[in-house]
Amino acid sequence: MSGQTVPADFSGHMLDLDEDEDLEVFSKNTSRADGSPMPNSPSSMVNQYRLEEDEEEQQDANTKDLFISVDNPESHVTAIETFIMYRVVTRTMRSEFDSSEYEVRRRYQDFLWLRSRLEENHPTLIVHPLPEKFVMKGMVERFNDDFIETRRKALHRFLDKISEHPILSYSQHLKVFLTAQELTSHRKQGPGFLSRMGETVRAVANSVRGLRSRPEEFTVMQEYVEDFSNKICSVDKVTQRIIKEQREYLDELKQYGPTYTQWAGSEEDLLEPLKGVAGCVERCSKETEEQIQHLSEVLVPALHEYVLCAETLKAVMRRRDNIQAEFEAKNEALASRKADQEALQEEVDGLADRVELANNALKGDWSRWQDSMRTDLKSAFMSTAEKNMEYYEKVSSRF
Amino acid sequence: MAEDGKEESVATDDESDHTAADGTGSLNNTMVEEGSTLLRRMEICVAEAEKRSGKNAVNMQETFTVYLIETRPMDAVVEGRNPAPDALWRRYSEFELLRNYLIVTYPYIVVPPLPEKRAEFVWHKLSADNMDPDFVERRRVGLENFLLRVASHPVLSNDQILYHFLTEEHGWKEVVYETGFQAKADSRLRALSATFRVRNPDKRFMEMKHYSDELQSHTSQLLRARARVADRLYGVYKVHGNYGRVFSEWSAIEKEMGDGLQSAGHHMDAYAASIDDILEEEEHYADQMKEYLFYAEALRAVCRKHELTQFELEMASQDLISKKQQREELATGIVRTFSFKGMTNKLFGQEAPEQREARLKLLEELIAEGEETVKEKTLECEEHVEKAWVDMQRFKEQKDKDLREALINYAVMQISMCKKGIQVWGNAKECFLKM
Repeated sequence: MSGQTVPADFSGHMLDLDEDEDLEVFSKNTSRADGSPMPNSPSSMVNQYRLEEDEEEQQDANTKDLFISVDNPESHVTAIETFIMYRVVTRTMRSEFDSSEYEVRRRYQDFLWLRSRLEENHPTLIVHPLPEKFVMKGMVERFNDDFIETRRKALHRFLDKISEHPILSYSQHLKVFLTAQELTSHRKQGPGFLSRMGETVRAVANSVRGLRSRPEEFTVMQEYVEDFSNKICSVDKVTQRIIKEQREYLDELKQYGPTYTQWAGSEEDLLEPLKGVAGCVERCSKETEEQIQHLSEVLVPALHEYVLCAETLKAVMRRRDNIQAEFEAKNEALASRKADQEALQEEVDGLADRVELANNALKGDWSRWQDSMRTDLKSAFMSTAEKNMEYYEKVSSRF
Repeated sequence: MAEDGKEESVATDDESDHTAADGTGSLNNTMVEEGSTLLRRMEICVAEAEKRSGKNAVNMQETFTVYLIETRPMDAVVEGRNPAPDALWRRYSEFELLRNYLIVTYPYIVVPPLPEKRAEFVWHKLSADNMDPDFVERRRVGLENFLLRVASHPVLSNDQILYHFLTEEHGWKEVVYETGFQAKADSRLRALSATFRVRNPDKRFMEMKHYSDELQSHTSQLLRARARVADRLYGVYKVHGNYGRVFSEWSAIEKEMGDGLQSAGHHMDAYAASIDDILEEEEHYADQMKEYLFYAEALRAVCRKHELTQFELEMASQDLISKKQQREELATGIVRTFSFKGMTNKLFGQEAPEQREARLKLLEELIAEGEETVKEKTLECEEHVEKAWVDMQRFKEQKDKDLREALINYAVMQISMCKKGIQVWGNAKECFLKM
């Protein structure tokens, strides 16, 4: 990881990241104690990081030298199909990159490719999930504006997370993804369909055999992952339910306000107070609408991300188990077979190394992920709480 | 809204007395001068409610609720003495009987309404059961309010039957029936017919009637919409309770996040629970609106009575005119309008002079009667218009004052709800910060 701090002449680049919704999670819906809005200047954004984050996050913010943004979705029409291309802009001072700035166009499939490459090369690292291919309910067409925007934000988050990762951000595949004008040629290289099939088959075989003994810490991790998955899914469901109830509440509010206005029409002395209440109810409606929007744009995506993360974690645990299982299988074979011991021994040693590497990688990444999760969800919840406070403040001031 | 709460003091009555004094003018001065409304002389409250069972008219077992009415002479209260109140039990049907009596006996008064017989505009959690304790409690308050309104009315408060209602537990029903008020009640059919056929009703009354329709429609729409909003709001708050449960479970598996999550969960539980009190308070606002929803009907009844008296006057006048015409025909022999008698005369020849004389004499009698009737009806109509107009003005002032207050209170309630919300989410935010 490079030890460079953010150079001063970065300010121009960072200002463009105003489009970055995620950074604005920290600044958008909060205000300082004296009531003035958060400034959006880069140095103060960095200061904001300092004020709010832990030591570890400080390091990331100060030493982050790879900035990626995803924007500008555009419809791309060919003879065969229609799809969306996103603009991916990279700014970096890293020496591995020939230039300090890149701009390419990528489609969702390209992101999928990148992620699967990363997972293949680092089977026990926690690679941030991508937004889902399809949305289960309520989606009529793939090119609905909201859907595209939600996806764009999630893709941005994905690259953000990768760029912050001490190991993944140095991946060759990432570099190619960020810099190559034409990705299709690169996509055809590398381990193909068959090798992936092979791994799946081995995985199934191993899981059937079962593990000899999983190290305690990974069992603990496994249990945590199960529980976490349940809990985060529940929180997600509750949040969706809240949004649903809020929407229905909003619908009724919209009918309620006018009853006062209509009544005011046949009164003289009561005209004022009736109109007053009507106005307040209207204000309430507006604020409720905003509240719903905030929930949908801040809390729901954050929770959803971690629902997907939970699945990623489960996959990571499985892969780690498989690696260990493979090693154990060969180890057993070694013990039973007399012939070809040398060659087998080498293989076994190799696998043993692999196991150790995998375990260490996971261990290292685990606490990193936990902190990241904590930070992300904490900020999402705080933002929600603040928004709710703001809602009540605005409504009561009108009354 | 008539003064809530159980104890009444003299001071609160001043306003209604003043309006009465201003409004009544020269009319019924004796009533105002004689004293003050009943409420000034007597402290009234509906203190309790109890379940009873007994046999009803068809000898079947039924359960019903009775309400305890307590009264105390006001001078005793003012002097600081605290005598035990006189008390008696009444059930809802007796209140209804009293009100029906008042409506028939004072058709020019906008008679205060009773609380609803059955729970309407019910939202989700609120029970529609008449035996539900919350409903009974709200009804108790409503009945007390009814009595206070009646007892502070410049005209109604002087009624003897009312006084007996408050002071004599037994035999009251018989006394009411003995007044024969039921016979005086206008038949619905007559009233409806009058509405359609009356030709020259007082314009002001027609406007009032139109207004009463509007008032009824608007308040009922408001109440319906409010109930639905309350329902939804209840849902929003209660779902947050699920956060409480999930956060609590989640906190068990987290190390650093655990404490923050768990405390936040508690605040979410508090938030979910807070809606119960909030909506309970709002029910009082709804009750205030309901009172005026029902008042609208009382107002309309007064207007309808005017239509009826006016119509009867018109009918009587019409009858008199036609009789006078008949007399003229008979006297002069000239037929102005078509009549069977005229036709038969032409066909079969005129009748004998003696018969004519007899008929003329009868007609004169009928005309004399008719003129009396017209005089009566005119008086009746005019009296009703005068008195009713006075009371409708009084009602208007009362309505404006009460509803203004109710709306302001509603706003205050909303502000207080928001403040609670700010507090809860502020606390939650602190917990999230610690995550």
